[in-house]
Amino acid sequence: MKAKITITPKRAVLDPQGKTVQNALAHLGYTEVGAVRVGKYLELELADGDREAARRRLAEACHRFLSNPVIEDYRLELE
Amino acid sequence: MRFAILQFPASNCDQDCLHAVRLLGHQADYVWHKATSLGDADAVVIPGGFSYGDYLRCGAIARFSPVMQAVQRFADEGGLVLGICNGFQILCEAGLLPGALIRNRSLQFRCEQVFLKTAAHDAPFTEAIPPDHVLRIPIAHGEGCYFADEPTLAALETHRQILWQYCDAGGAVTEAANPNGSLRNIAGICNQARNVAGLMPHPDRASETLLGSADGRRIFESMAQCWARRRAA
Repeated sequence: MKAKITITPKRAVLDPQGKTVQNALAHLGYTEVGAVRVGKYLELELADGDREAARRRLAEACHRFLSNPVIEDYRLELE
Repeated sequence: MRFAILQFPASNCDQDCLHAVRLLGHQADYVWHKATSLGDADAVVIPGGFSYGDYLRCGAIARFSPVMQAVQRFADEGGLVLGICNGFQILCEAGLLPGALIRNRSLQFRCEQVFLKTAAHDAPFTEAIPPDHVLRIPIAHGEGCYFADEPTLAALETHRQILWQYCDAGGAVTEAANPNGSLRNIAGICNQARNVAGLMPHPDRASETLLGSADGRRIFESMAQCWARRRAA
């Protein structure tokens, strides 16, 4: 089983890296691109087993450690 | 007074902190991050550096070190805890201080002298700072932009938890004097109980005139003054 976790800065949090990437895209001619937000992506390998239990455990880990709820949101997918 | 100076893998201002505190005539001892006790420390300093390589987020891994459990207990009992730079980030990650430190708005690592206005003089970390004295203390960080949501910022203001703000040489809190984009020009805050504080500037690097400023001493002196008063009471 594999878990894919995407962590992004919250809407209210300034993301200067995203803004800089957006500006660079515009310089390269990709003017159709609006706001850019830069986040993180994690892939976690897990032993096969109870998916719901795994989801609960990982959601806890995301909340406690992998993301900082003050500044970040996360999305957790299991496959 | 005995200061415990924490050491994590990749702390790099631990020696500066030890030196600064000893210069003032106090005892200081290192406490390794795997320790489960702070011994007989009267105060804790969490020094600057890049604990655990700043992996994941600055301070995110250090906050789960065994020693941080001891710091949590120490803080709950009213002990004085000061986090400097990475130490401030660790305290925020640990939930001992509200908010978070994010990437500088400029995306640049800023290493320079800054001026600080002391916004509240009634904390154990500021009481020895003379009124209207603008502190000159260096910063060295890439992720020192203080962020908290509006309700948290409002609570910080209501409870006078903002201790230091970036300002110009005359003490005016301006956008131009803000080196990292921190909301409300926040350079340092304390918790509601006022016994835990964190700041991005380095008082440990400004404790001798030889280094360009001895203003940092005022912060350690404040802690010592508060501790001596508490002990006498």
